[in-house]
Amino acid sequence: MSGMQKTSVLRSIDRPTLIACGFILVILAAGTLYMLITQGTATFIEPTYLLQQLKIAAFLGIVAAGMMMVILLGHIDLSVPWTLAASAMLATAVGGPWAIPIGLAVGLVVGLFNGVGVAYLRVPSMIFTLGVNAVLRGLMVMLTGGFAPQSSATPIMKWFAAGQLIYLPVGDGFGLSNSVLVWALISAGIVFMLTRTSMGRYIYATGNREAATYLSGINTKFVLIFGFVMCSLCASLAGLLVAGYTSKAFQAMGDTYLLPAIAAVVVGGTNILGGQGKYTGTVVGTILIVLLQSLLSVMQMPEAGRQIIYGLVIIAMLLVYGRSNAMRT
Amino acid sequence: MKDLRLRLSQSVGMWVALLLFSALYILYSSLHPKGWTVDVLVQNSNESFALILVSMAQTVPVLTGGIDLSVGAMMTLTNCVASNVVSGSAIQIVEGLLLTLMVGALAGFINGCIVVYGRIQPIIVTLATGAVYLGIALFLRPTPGGKIDDDLTWVTTNAMSEMDTTYGWFPNGAPGWFAHGIGRLPVPMLLLLAIILIVWLPFKNTVTGRGCYAVGSSEGAAYMSGLNVGRSKLAAYTLGGLFAGLGGLYLSIQTGSGNADIPQAGGYTLQSIAAVVIGGTSLFGGTGGAFGSLVGAMVLRAISFCFRVFDADSPMGFLANPLLQPIFEGIILLLAVSIGAARVFRVKNRLSLFT
Repeated sequence: MSGMQKTSVLRSIDRPTLIACGFILVILAAGTLYMLITQGTATFIEPTYLLQQLKIAAFLGIVAAGMMMVILLGHIDLSVPWTLAASAMLATAVGGPWAIPIGLAVGLVVGLFNGVGVAYLRVPSMIFTLGVNAVLRGLMVMLTGGFAPQSSATPIMKWFAAGQLIYLPVGDGFGLSNSVLVWALISAGIVFMLTRTSMGRYIYATGNREAATYLSGINTKFVLIFGFVMCSLCASLAGLLVAGYTSKAFQAMGDTYLLPAIAAVVVGGTNILGGQGKYTGTVVGTILIVLLQSLLSVMQMPEAGRQIIYGLVIIAMLLVYGRSNAMRT
Repeated sequence: MKDLRLRLSQSVGMWVALLLFSALYILYSSLHPKGWTVDVLVQNSNESFALILVSMAQTVPVLTGGIDLSVGAMMTLTNCVASNVVSGSAIQIVEGLLLTLMVGALAGFINGCIVVYGRIQPIIVTLATGAVYLGIALFLRPTPGGKIDDDLTWVTTNAMSEMDTTYGWFPNGAPGWFAHGIGRLPVPMLLLLAIILIVWLPFKNTVTGRGCYAVGSSEGAAYMSGLNVGRSKLAAYTLGGLFAGLGGLYLSIQTGSGNADIPQAGGYTLQSIAAVVIGGTSLFGGTGGAFGSLVGAMVLRAISFCFRVFDADSPMGFLANPLLQPIFEGIILLLAVSIGAARVFRVKNRLSLFT
């Protein structure tokens, strides 16, 4: 009986997630081995270090969660970098109690705009969101004069990003950053939405074959807009958290999140063509990417080597489980 | 007649882009204080060459229904390779040029191999290989620098007449057809013409080249018709790499150095996608061509040229404000690609919107 339960639990975690988890263990082992040899300590698996990594992972994880909605629909959102930066900049510029609502409103507006362009005008999402990204960048240059804004994040933004609601006074003390809690809440919400609501079904269905979904009587335009709004909202939320973490907003703050977010979603087993993928995979993919980046920086790998290994790891993992079917007659 | 009409309807995007470019460039030349001169033409074609080549590089994979997000990275990689090898004696220079182009083609070939034999989606393959190529570029050139043969830089970034003065083609004085004809054309423009005539048009008319269009229209149908789908895709990515290599080579010749500039690589990749769409190539594959992307890239460049020449005191002066330029460029980019790619205006049957 218990044996049967075990297989069903294993089966509910799909193969890409398992392989990615295995790779995370490999990274942890490699990092620990490296630290033991060079410094004689196992810093890489100490809880404080891992919690620190989790805190960094939360920002990428939230961006990746939103990106996954869009990728599940068979689209992509390249406007994430400047959605993130724009909401952080406007929020810090407004300040006060309205900072967070304004930042999220930016995400809402951008998401609605993207969604309408893709769902109603039927411009390919890759090119439309690319244009929106350019417009947002232009808007921010116009508003800030091309410099990082002087205003700093409000205390409540800082609290959300770096404060510690959960703190265990054991040993050196274990603090779980609030950003991780935010990530966990969003994750719970998305898992519920994807697996327990009709909207989740519609998202997978639209990503698989939009024409069939439309003919089944589902308003696929609304589903598309919903996906893009979710993505932009997540990006703007990540922008608010990053601004709270670094206590200010700056020009290129979003650029380092786009490609890692796409990589995290895809390494987590979501099909880039849409319609397939589990949210656990995205979380595991995010942690994998963050730990890989951290391992490479701990090893003091020069930027050149980091780029090369980063690219090779993504290709290698996809060669293991991301291959599409061969064409057969 | 019917054939002509079909051909026109297939390339209508390219013709619209050509009209747009003509309008923008006439506006630019008439506002420019030194407009309609060889100097301005030379300068503009120098500034456009790399983007045009990168856009042509993007076109070929897009025609097969794929995409290449590593074109900017391949350009940067070949830029860094060239800054190491294109100098010294004449033979060394020629070897260096060939080596640079081979690196570009090889990078594209590797993309193609992973797409065809690895069966991974092109968008994610080229995202990853792009990171690898940028890494190699950074490894070759950690800080900007390097050297390119000075004579080569001089002659390829000027009017054709400099070929004569530098290398002494006509010891008895240049004949009239050269001095007043070809001699006044910018070298990059002639190089582009040569690349289109020698590389693109012959490729397009081979079985493999036709295969790229067929694969982009319907991969399944192309496979069923007995076309070698894999070979067409491999050729498409390799040719993309070669074009990107030519772009990178020219960039290093133009700047006289190599620079592993990662943001610049990303910018070129994104602009190349925009140029492809403006030039009338469908992102879904099957229609369009490298010549259209050439025009698309020129439109993008002409837009930024125009912003430079508005007089700050004129009623249009606000257009010259450097702080406002990014937003105008963004809005124009968004409008251009949306009008070019919006399918809602074209479909006859609502169901075909969803494919």
